[in-house]
Amino acid sequence: MSVADYAFYCFAVVTVAAGLFVVLARNPVHSVLWLILAFLSSAGLFVLLGAEFVAMLLVIVYVGAVAVLFLFVVMMLDVDFAELKAQMVHYLPLSILIGVVFLAQLVMMFGVWQSADGAAALRGAPTPDPAQIHNTYALGQIIYDDYIHLFQVAGLILLVAMIGAIVLTVRHRPNIKRQNVLAQMYRDPAKAMELKDVKPGQGL
Amino acid sequence: MISADLSVVLPEIILSVYAMAALLGAVYTSKDRAGPLLMWTTSALFFGLAAWIGLTAGGEQTAFGGAVVDDGFARFAKVVILVSAGAVLLMGKEYMRRAKLLRFEFPVLVTLSVVGMMLMVSAGDLMMLYMGLELQSFALYIVAALRRDSVKSTEAGLKYFVLGALSSGLLLYGASLTYGYSGTTLFSGILSTLGEGPMPLGLTFGLVFLITGMAFKVSAVPFHMWTPDVYEGSPTPVTAFFASAPKMAAMALFARVLFDAFGAVPGDWGQVVAVLSLLSMVLGAVAAIGQRNIKRLMAYSSIAHMGYALMGLAAGTEMGVQAMLIYMAIYVTMSVGTFAFILSMEKDGQPVTDIRSLNMLSATEPLKALAMLVLLFSLAGVPPMVGFFGKFYVVKAAVDAGLIWLAVAGVIASVVGAFYYLRIVFYMYFGEQGDPQLNGTMPPVLWGVMMASAFAMVAGVVNLFGVEGLALSAAATLVN
Repeated sequence: MSVADYAFYCFAVVTVAAGLFVVLARNPVHSVLWLILAFLSSAGLFVLLGAEFVAMLLVIVYVGAVAVLFLFVVMMLDVDFAELKAQMVHYLPLSILIGVVFLAQLVMMFGVWQSADGAAALRGAPTPDPAQIHNTYALGQIIYDDYIHLFQVAGLILLVAMIGAIVLTVRHRPNIKRQNVLAQMYRDPAKAMELKDVKPGQGL
Repeated sequence: MISADLSVVLPEIILSVYAMAALLGAVYTSKDRAGPLLMWTTSALFFGLAAWIGLTAGGEQTAFGGAVVDDGFARFAKVVILVSAGAVLLMGKEYMRRAKLLRFEFPVLVTLSVVGMMLMVSAGDLMMLYMGLELQSFALYIVAALRRDSVKSTEAGLKYFVLGALSSGLLLYGASLTYGYSGTTLFSGILSTLGEGPMPLGLTFGLVFLITGMAFKVSAVPFHMWTPDVYEGSPTPVTAFFASAPKMAAMALFARVLFDAFGAVPGDWGQVVAVLSLLSMVLGAVAAIGQRNIKRLMAYSSIAHMGYALMGLAAGTEMGVQAMLIYMAIYVTMSVGTFAFILSMEKDGQPVTDIRSLNMLSATEPLKALAMLVLLFSLAGVPPMVGFFGKFYVVKAAVDAGLIWLAVAGVIASVVGAFYYLRIVFYMYFGEQGDPQLNGTMPPVLWGVMMASAFAMVAGVVNLFGVEGLALSAAATLVN
């Protein structure tokens, strides 16, 4: 077994185990920490595949931003996870049944899986030759050149999400004091402030 | 290259830029006071674009390597979507203003949702399909929950969001299986890999999951559970919107995927669509009988109508697609007119949704009652009205395609369903005498839309305003 094989099994086992503990951990903060471990080891798997850019992206975006955000949310929201878990037990038999049926269907399907004759050629068509250019360049070309329309529509979707978050949560309260930056800047120190010489023991 | 691509999606670009400009303009100036103005300009833009798209006839153009297809079918659907969305915005202004819901974000969100719908109907690629669908749905989830202080509206938004997310998951699963089989997400590519002989099991799974995801969006039984609650909980102008443009977009997307990507195997998806159609027609007819709330009633009515439109698709022929397009155009017109009436139902300034409040409307408001009678007869498919011809076309398409059992079931369901439309007519004309239940005045825009819609249901009998020929040429570009 080469070093790469050995590394693959290490990362793969850690990813699956960490994923399992995300669901099973009693403390939600621990769940998030397990999730970070799962992200890190899948980043390792990407490196083994030669996709170093995606691996680094996973570490920076998912571990650095998303997981930390989860951590904040879990710590700030006052959710009784024990009660949620108790409800989950209630629905467990039904969900196991659905899961088993779904799994059986998947197994049935993959047992007889076949691709179309020309599928391999079609699948390779949009991808540039990895031997010619490095994969950051290839990704950039696909996302920002070939699929620019999808990228822009994704931008619109994020805009809608942003508008939605504001529409559904922001409340304007009329009777509270707000900061007025201009008024602050144009304030004249000579009028607003007065220096007095206070003599010891006398006061004003 | 890129400029040719961009000119194909110019209407979508104009709408997106308008949405962003309107958003920024309103934020930096008068905020919510810009709401009424934005409602007017947005619907004017919708009508203008509809006229532009409808009048500049052109051949089939593709952009971005086939991911966006602009053909006669897409243009037909886009015109219906833009006109109905514009009409609904005009109708909703007064109601939203009175309910203090006229936030300037509402027209912006509707515009972005319409952009999503236009991308959906001209999608030529599974990825484009998904992005258009999500852009459309996200905006709809938000406007469903627009009334933040009402539990029902919040519930409507949340329920719609959760079930919509589930359906997107199913759709994506189907799309990934389809990609796994064919190796490409382009519809033309998928079609080229479908050989002779039976479909492999994996691809059948993919097709079924894709159909499931889209059936959620058109609210076909058994994926309709969200519809009554969302229709009831959302503010009424939003409900009117749900019952018009998104339905047309989802149905056009349905047809586009089935014919452009799986057109070689109409037998495989035809049976699935036929079952969806049958269940929708039956449940829509039966479940509405117990409803007293007119918004819930219209929800079941839309489920039943989607069943009839699906009957046209199930036929799997060019005539079936033509029948579906005619049906949807008629349905959207009737639905907009009916909602113009529902928006005006109020007592002492409060909106009313109980159908018993319509008691003896004919005595106090004879003209309104007559227009509503025409619209309800048309919804039920009573012969002299245009609604009958919509049903006639889909039934004929089904019979010609050999789906006689489906056609018979459709006719029976239509007779059963006529009961609850006629019950409203009964309340209006032969209800108990008593105090007038409704005492609001109808704003001129609502009155105009309702009368125009009712007039179209009668006058359209002559030649359906030429929709038949337009739908035929649109269907011909899809099925070839």
